[in-house]
Amino acid sequence: MSVLVDDDTRVVVQGITGGEGNFHAEQMIEYGTNVVAGAVPGKGGQEVHGVPVYDTVEAAAREENADASVIFVPPAFAGDAVFEALDAPIDLAVAITEGIPTQDMARVNKRLDEVDTRLIGPNCPGIITPGEAKLGILPGNIFSSGNVGLVSRSGTLTYQVVDNLTDRGLGQTTAIGIGGDPIIGTDFVDALELFEADEDTEAVVMCGEIGGEDEEEAAAYIGEHMDTPVAGFIAGRTAPPGKRMGHAGAIVSGSGTGTAESKIQALNDAGVPVGDTPGEVADAVEDLL
Amino acid sequence: MKLHEYQAKGVFADAGIPTPASELADSVDEVLAAAEEIGYPVAVKAQVQVGGRGKAGGIKLVESDEEAREAAESILGMDLKGIHVDRVLVEEAVDFVNELYVGVTMDRGEGKPVAMVSTRGGVNIEEVAEEDPDAIVREHVDPAFGMHPYQARKAVYEAGVDRAVANDVASVLRTLYQLWDDKDGADAEINPLMVTSDDEVIAADAVMNIDEDALFRQPEIAEMEDESASGDELEQKADEYGFDYVRLDGNVGIIGNGAGLVMTTLDLVDYYGGAPANFLDVGGGAKAERIANALDMVFSDDNVDSVVFNIFGGITRGDEVARGINEALEQFDEIPKPVVVRLAGTNWEEGLEILNEDLVTVEQTLEDAVQRAVDYAEEVEA
Repeated sequence: MSVLVDDDTRVVVQGITGGEGNFHAEQMIEYGTNVVAGAVPGKGGQEVHGVPVYDTVEAAAREENADASVIFVPPAFAGDAVFEALDAPIDLAVAITEGIPTQDMARVNKRLDEVDTRLIGPNCPGIITPGEAKLGILPGNIFSSGNVGLVSRSGTLTYQVVDNLTDRGLGQTTAIGIGGDPIIGTDFVDALELFEADEDTEAVVMCGEIGGEDEEEAAAYIGEHMDTPVAGFIAGRTAPPGKRMGHAGAIVSGSGTGTAESKIQALNDAGVPVGDTPGEVADAVEDLL
Repeated sequence: MKLHEYQAKGVFADAGIPTPASELADSVDEVLAAAEEIGYPVAVKAQVQVGGRGKAGGIKLVESDEEAREAAESILGMDLKGIHVDRVLVEEAVDFVNELYVGVTMDRGEGKPVAMVSTRGGVNIEEVAEEDPDAIVREHVDPAFGMHPYQARKAVYEAGVDRAVANDVASVLRTLYQLWDDKDGADAEINPLMVTSDDEVIAADAVMNIDEDALFRQPEIAEMEDESASGDELEQKADEYGFDYVRLDGNVGIIGNGAGLVMTTLDLVDYYGGAPANFLDVGGGAKAERIANALDMVFSDDNVDSVVFNIFGGITRGDEVARGINEALEQFDEIPKPVVVRLAGTNWEEGLEILNEDLVTVEQTLEDAVQRAVDYAEEVEA
């Protein structure tokens, strides 16, 4: 009933002694996530919320058989923290941190080609398989278990759409917040591939926004390779060209690509219904199932 | 963060890229003194952050004291696309035979830096990119190794740059890449890179945008920031408060958490027949004071007739948001504009208990909240 994470996933929390890391490690444990270790340089030997802390991710992975990592490390050090997870090695790294310099992420991106680790994020809410595990900051209570996969570039928009789905009794297999930064690990196409291969995912919701061409690429992939039906939502229809709306992903060049219109058009051409409101996306999913 | 032309030129010159002799001036007398020192002809160039300065009358080529005075008087103090010009760059006018383009940016699709060269410099390069993409040679760079000298040469030869200056242009391109890398550039561009009749290359313009997320490790660049402020008063205020804020043309003020959700709120305002007055993202985990600041921002915009507050808590907590809204509104004898609040997610129930419903209208769903705010704005306009 899931992709990438379930109740067997053994999670290490990088930055578990920091404010965010500490708070969200506790939330993850309360949700039922199998958090087996923390990793913080210089804090090895401590214990936080009942889990042992190691100085390095490598030691945490080795001693506790951790296979996934969630990164709550301040932006200046987060690029290094991602490298550490990749080299530990860890199968799945989820980087929550917002504001990692783009050039650091370009170097991370280069290393991703050389290793087997999957990265989610950065600047993302994380990933959740309802009722089993959440790696990140998503509010667990709004999710419910079911047969809809969800992938989104925006955190709070994910919550809004999930709320609309759950409201109609449409539970989720797994929800993945891929993040809105210019350079990210797992992108729409990667996530769609996972959902397509998952037997329990019977429909997918894809939430995009203006900027970049990731949604257009996803639309092409859906048209060519997917049997599982997809419904979409694109934020930023009313954004004026050339203005930066919040994070780096959301800038419209004004040159025709990257606009809401071009994304909606590409999705419609691939047979994907796109809702005008988050509520309409839930309606569309109901129709698809 | 975007550097002014004179700032970017300083950074380029320090790295060894040839630039014309120039001086910054903020009065007619200073313009005349600078022109005297540099020697006519000189260009007088407004130092403001807008595109198309030349067409808007912000750049003038002058050949005498009299012309320099006229240019200085007309440019200093002018409003260029809404921004007041208080400084000009007085610059040696370069006698050129060719204009090239060189640039470095991040190719987000590839996740790699890309260096670019074109022999079609001196014009709007975005237009060239659209009409004739092959006129721009692109060379992707491995961010771990940096740009190899051969890559710069390859790009320059492929672009068809005159052999007499090819090595010098390759050297400028590689220096530009190194600068972009060292200074955490988002974009670094020279357009035009002028070629003189003596086969010299000179950066006649300089564009440098720095990745804001990396300013913490670029103290010298960060110091230049004060001088690069935006012209819009509200946007300056947003900078002080540390909000992502964009002013728009409508009358429904919008505050929310998370860029995607705030954009969705804008879209819904439009969907229900209203017009968004702004985009304001309070970001993640906002405390009460930040929420109060956000309301202060939106109330400061005279165009705003109603406000919709859309919070879906994850890392942000509904009780903190409610406290902030109360705090901001309790200072007023009369609430300046009607405020509609929608709270969901983390601690939303606690939030609704705390929220003073004498001061705001509460709606449960995003759709209802937006519709109500649009209705309020229409009543004010009617």
